[in-house]
Amino acid sequence: MNTRLIILSLFLAGVYLVNDSVYTVGEVEQVIITQFGDPVGKPITTAGIKVKMPFIQEVNPIDKRILEWDGNPSDMPTKDKLYISVDLFARFRISEPLQYFLRLRDERSAQSRLDDILGSETRNAVAKHQLIELIRTTKDRKPSSTFPPGDADRSQEVGALVPISDGRLVVEEQIFDAASKKVLVFGIELLDIRFKRIHYNESVRPKIYDRMISERRQIAERFLSEGNGEAARISGDRLRDLNKIQSEAYKQVEEIRGGADAKATEIYASAYNQSREAVAFYEFTRTMESYKSILAKESTLVLSTDSDLFKYLKTMPQRGLASPH
Amino acid sequence: MSAFNGSAGGPGGVIEALESLKKRWKLPDWNDGARIWPLLVVCVTVGWAIWSALYTVPSDSVAIVQRFGKYLKTVPPGLHAKIPFGIETAVILPVKRQLKQEFGFATPGSEDLDQGGRADEAEAVAQMVTGDLNAALVEWVVQYRISEPLRFLFEVRMPKETLRYVSESVMREVVGDRTVDEVITVGRQDIENEALVKMQALSRKYAIGVSIDQVQLKDINPPKPVQASFNEVNQAQQEKEKLINEARRAYNKVVPLAMGEKDQRIREADGYRIRRINEAEGDAARFNALFIEYKKAPEVTLRRIYIETLQDILPGVKGKIIVDEATAQVLPLLNLSSNGQTP
Repeated sequence: MNTRLIILSLFLAGVYLVNDSVYTVGEVEQVIITQFGDPVGKPITTAGIKVKMPFIQEVNPIDKRILEWDGNPSDMPTKDKLYISVDLFARFRISEPLQYFLRLRDERSAQSRLDDILGSETRNAVAKHQLIELIRTTKDRKPSSTFPPGDADRSQEVGALVPISDGRLVVEEQIFDAASKKVLVFGIELLDIRFKRIHYNESVRPKIYDRMISERRQIAERFLSEGNGEAARISGDRLRDLNKIQSEAYKQVEEIRGGADAKATEIYASAYNQSREAVAFYEFTRTMESYKSILAKESTLVLSTDSDLFKYLKTMPQRGLASPH
Repeated sequence: MSAFNGSAGGPGGVIEALESLKKRWKLPDWNDGARIWPLLVVCVTVGWAIWSALYTVPSDSVAIVQRFGKYLKTVPPGLHAKIPFGIETAVILPVKRQLKQEFGFATPGSEDLDQGGRADEAEAVAQMVTGDLNAALVEWVVQYRISEPLRFLFEVRMPKETLRYVSESVMREVVGDRTVDEVITVGRQDIENEALVKMQALSRKYAIGVSIDQVQLKDINPPKPVQASFNEVNQAQQEKEKLINEARRAYNKVVPLAMGEKDQRIREADGYRIRRINEAEGDAARFNALFIEYKKAPEVTLRRIYIETLQDILPGVKGKIIVDEATAQVLPLLNLSSNGQTP
């Protein structure tokens, strides 16, 4: 019985020994072996199954991948005294694992160091630039027109792009250059820095919103006044054109009528006035015509027997009609 | 030797049967505890080994297999086996499926936790500063695929999180170069195109192993306190159009009508002219014809006309009094009764 127990314990001890001597290194890990707390040998960077001394040596894995740092958004002023909330992110890699291990030990302290360094470099850069330098990137970009053509002067006044001299990329580079030097001593290689979020601080926002509101109001009022102006112009056109047309009509009508009257008169004259006899004949026939209309049904006529019509009532023709009576 | 051997019956008989069963199948004795446990352990271990060795790769994925942590192979869809007990590990990645990430808003109930970001952040993500130092709220979606699974697993620690950084940073860069009017109205397509190109370049540089297929803008709005005044601008624009249209309508109502009336009056005048001339010519012709006849026989014509005329008139005249000039006795008393009858 005792033998079995001894064998079993030896077996178990053996298993434990093997377990503590053999370890794996993943594709994403690099490992520092420490002996009694101090690192020994070079960092192990290739993946696979490895061997170490049991009990006295420990495995300290360090990430080999590109790691991310995301700062907390913090408020800082720009050169033109605008308070903004800035949120950066950075990518880094542990390029010297031994140095990293010695100086920092674990990731929490690494992140905290990065917070300090990147935070302060960002503040420096932001304070040296105006806000617009952090927002815009391309210097010579022209905004495309958002209002209908013909309102070109308006789009220049409101909503023009504020000009820059450096731009976002240049500022990011400045932060990167300054910070990457400082983290090198920790065995960290800084790869990249970018602004993730930039926005107006809470306390500044009401002012910005007020400005935006008054800008919009201005645009709205201009639209209304342009509308009214154009409408008044068209109304004026209407009256002017109306007058023009009506007076032209009057003029032409009078001309035509006048011409017609003149022509008619000419025709009459050429007929009635062709000789003195014609004038007399006209007078006679015209007078006869007028009797027809003048003497209406209800008139009373007192006629004399001397009239040519009634002379035969008085006396008969006596001596024949060859000579006048 | 058992006390219940043979003659006792009932319980004794059952145990006898079990004993004979044990002997036949060479099963270990129930009471032999030292041997049952190893057997149980072996059974469980074998079962667990089989269970942890088999894995299925869905049709839209591949599996990355590592042995002792070192990369071994990439495995296509199907049922496969690996060495169990943690010696080999298989990580399944959906390389053919289109994945998406949402920014500035969140669709509830999505499986992928990286899809929406943190819920309380949605508004912070959407807020942006534009190139004319105004503010806007921008929502968008990025659609991507895991195109290089090895890079995705081994190059960057948090590739999906990194993709979110890339997306937010690029979108802010693109929006930051534009005016708030462009962002809200005409610049959408432009922004999507430029953001896509920049995000693709950046994700290639960062080697996260994804390929970005599409950037789609969703809602874009001015910040809430300002929205009312943006609407005012739209309304003012429409009001301007309305005022101009009304003025034009009034013009069109009146002026063409006036032109028509002018034409009408001119034509009327023309008609008058033609009538006057025709009448004059007619009258003149009639006169001329009569005059020619008159000149042939003047006296007779005159008399004829005279008598004809009076013949026409006098019957119609009710009151006719024929008085002799020589009669001096008649009192010139006119009987102007209402119907003018001859006395």
